[in-house]
Amino acid sequence: MTSEASAPIVTLDGVEKHFGAVRALDGVDFVVEHGECVGLVGHNGAGKSTLMHILAGTLAPSSGGITIKGAVQQHHSVALAQKLGIRCVFQELSLCPNLTVAENARVNHASLRGFGWRRRAGDLIAAKLDEIFPGHGIGPSDVVRDLSIGKRQMVEVARAFTVTDDPLDLVILDEPTSSLDAQTAGQLLAFVRRVVSGGASCILISHLLGEVLENSDRIVVMRDGKVVAAGAAADFDRGKLVGAMGAARKPHAAVDTVAHARADTPVRVRARPERQQDGVELVAHEGEIIGLAGLSGHGQTDLLLDIYAAASRRTPRIEVTAPVALVAGDRQADGIFPLWSIAENIGIRSIARLRSGLLISPERETALAEEWQEKIAIRTPDLYNNILSLSGGNQQKALFARALGSDARIVLMDDPMRGVDLGTKLEVYELIREEAQKGRTFLWYTTETDELDNCDHVYVFRNGRIVADLGRRDLTEEKVIRSSFTEGA
Amino acid sequence: MSSGSIAGRTPVPLINSLTPRRALRALLPALSLALILIAIAYLNPRAISYFGFNLMLNLAIPIALATIAQMFVITGNDLDLSIGTFVGFVGCVTATWLHDAPLFGAAVLIGSIAVYAGLGALIYLRNLPSIVVTLGMSFVWQGLAILLLPKPGGKAPDWLLAVMSVKLPVVPFPIIAAIVIGAVVHVGLMRTSYGAILRGAGGNPVAIARAGWSLLKAKVILFTLAGIFGVISGMALIGITTSADANIGNGYTLLSVAGVILGGGEFVGGRVSPIGAVIGALTLALAASPLLTFMHIPPDWQVGANGAILVIVLAARALISRKDA
Repeated sequence: MTSEASAPIVTLDGVEKHFGAVRALDGVDFVVEHGECVGLVGHNGAGKSTLMHILAGTLAPSSGGITIKGAVQQHHSVALAQKLGIRCVFQELSLCPNLTVAENARVNHASLRGFGWRRRAGDLIAAKLDEIFPGHGIGPSDVVRDLSIGKRQMVEVARAFTVTDDPLDLVILDEPTSSLDAQTAGQLLAFVRRVVSGGASCILISHLLGEVLENSDRIVVMRDGKVVAAGAAADFDRGKLVGAMGAARKPHAAVDTVAHARADTPVRVRARPERQQDGVELVAHEGEIIGLAGLSGHGQTDLLLDIYAAASRRTPRIEVTAPVALVAGDRQADGIFPLWSIAENIGIRSIARLRSGLLISPERETALAEEWQEKIAIRTPDLYNNILSLSGGNQQKALFARALGSDARIVLMDDPMRGVDLGTKLEVYELIREEAQKGRTFLWYTTETDELDNCDHVYVFRNGRIVADLGRRDLTEEKVIRSSFTEGA
Repeated sequence: MSSGSIAGRTPVPLINSLTPRRALRALLPALSLALILIAIAYLNPRAISYFGFNLMLNLAIPIALATIAQMFVITGNDLDLSIGTFVGFVGCVTATWLHDAPLFGAAVLIGSIAVYAGLGALIYLRNLPSIVVTLGMSFVWQGLAILLLPKPGGKAPDWLLAVMSVKLPVVPFPIIAAIVIGAVVHVGLMRTSYGAILRGAGGNPVAIARAGWSLLKAKVILFTLAGIFGVISGMALIGITTSADANIGNGYTLLSVAGVILGGGEFVGGRVSPIGAVIGALTLALAASPLLTFMHIPPDWQVGANGAILVIVLAARALISRKDA
């Protein structure tokens, strides 16, 4: 082995990154060796994403050294990172929606040009998709905009692993499974292990601690821009990781809902999915948290949207008896108003109450926003800052504030915790339980089985139909997974 | 894993069900063109002839070229409000300097393309709204055109007149020209590998930049192409009208935008179609004057009727596209 081959792929030496007064990275030492999968965990805002952007060359460090394969890089850049074999799958999808899958593959490979490039790009991405996600059902000439969010993520991941001229030594995966269902996520993680045993390396960033624990060789925990713990994955367990990240407790610990008799409270929502042929219905009583489970994209979102529509217009299958608010899952597309301030984003669902005469009263808008900033701990110096100044988790909190601050008695949640850090999640879980006790009804579609522990009742979906109806006492992860994979449903 | 095969198989019908809708969307520009042609054929069957098409579509060629210029700008999520007066300016240069002093005239036209490239750079580097920059430029081009040709006049170069009055056997020249324009731009923008990058720069600029491509270069190239097609449009226009007027291209700004949208393009997101844009331009050109004349609409009302047709056609497109979303 030459010295170049044996040197670590990447060494970061006291790297700092400041955004104004904010120290996103505060002296980070970080090494990735050949043939290892490094798990990187920490809250949103802990500096993981910044670290990744520095490795990928999209951000320059304020100070500190980057050494790649033994060579010190003074002017690290995107092009250089690519040339040196570092690839990145960013958390927010970076495909061009107007291009086909093959054209998107070409975007990352300058060498795919000249005559026949479309076919070569198509073959390249199709072969990689087949290798990682057998049976994916994606064609190279499909336009990305027509694909579901899960499939887009599959394309994005597969694209990062395609190789033309430049080597492939390190792939950084930031929340690669956030939009994948359990099965495709499993396919991906198995592939990651195969790649690692083949000598390449991966950095796996995920909020799903089980995923990180099972698939990493080494785990690095970050907090407040620093590495606070690092070691072999075998030395960590869930509790230890959570402790190192600074989260207060495990999500299960505080779950202590009063098992109330369903019959005593009025029915808030009664809904039958469009494709449900038998008489099974989703029923939600006042003050209940109802979970919608199953693999992603099996009709949960559709039902939530139908219920939302039924609140303003009579629908035969669905009965809704109170005002409804929706917390969107794809917050960039369906949730936030990107040009508005945080306060305006919170107040939009409650305009009727904030009015004075024909105008919106700034005092009442501010009061509403401040009330919820306090309740839900939105971290910002000024509520009149643009919503995009918040981190992803805090943006999601603002969306919760919008729904919970409104007059809605029923809150529909469309997998709202996608890519949100554990600390934020725990705070929001708590809030949801509090609000439920006050009589609000929650319909909660989630792809994370852990979150179902917060629910009083869980409906499992498969192919647009409810295939299981589990009360709180019967709820086990195994049952949910078994129903999710029901054959012939 | 039996469950795996099921999960893999389920999405297939979804893709199949998308295809007809996408096909309908792609066919929409052609359908609207066919509709206008049928209306013309019904009102005046003799118009559907070699001579009739030559006459009706003659002015469609500069419109198609201006529409392609606009399409390049729209590809990068910008809008060019100066293309009409730019075409007028080019027309004035063509009918004066290019006729009297060909070398100087050519240099001025190439210089004006360089100005377009510079605008692209300016808009990208200073992060300026293109609408504001090009609106300002529209007055600059108009002013220059009036300085150059205060009253209608000038004369087109003879070679240009010869090119624009070519009579081809069987198929009228404007139709061949439209097909060539559409095909060349389609190959260039939709089929080449760098064309994908240009469209990607409109679809998701951040992704393109992260993959190591220069957005500045992409923007400059798109504006340069707009400038080139604007120049060709202005020259083609003068080749047909034989002399120029400073206001000759003013209507092209909105026609070109409408042509792009009618042709299946969208204002943002890098979704454009060169062939659609050419068809859109032809549709608008036919709807503009021949159709209305055949409908015996007096000239006083033609401009208003023109606008009404535009609204109806674009509304129909919006209705069909909405189902697509």
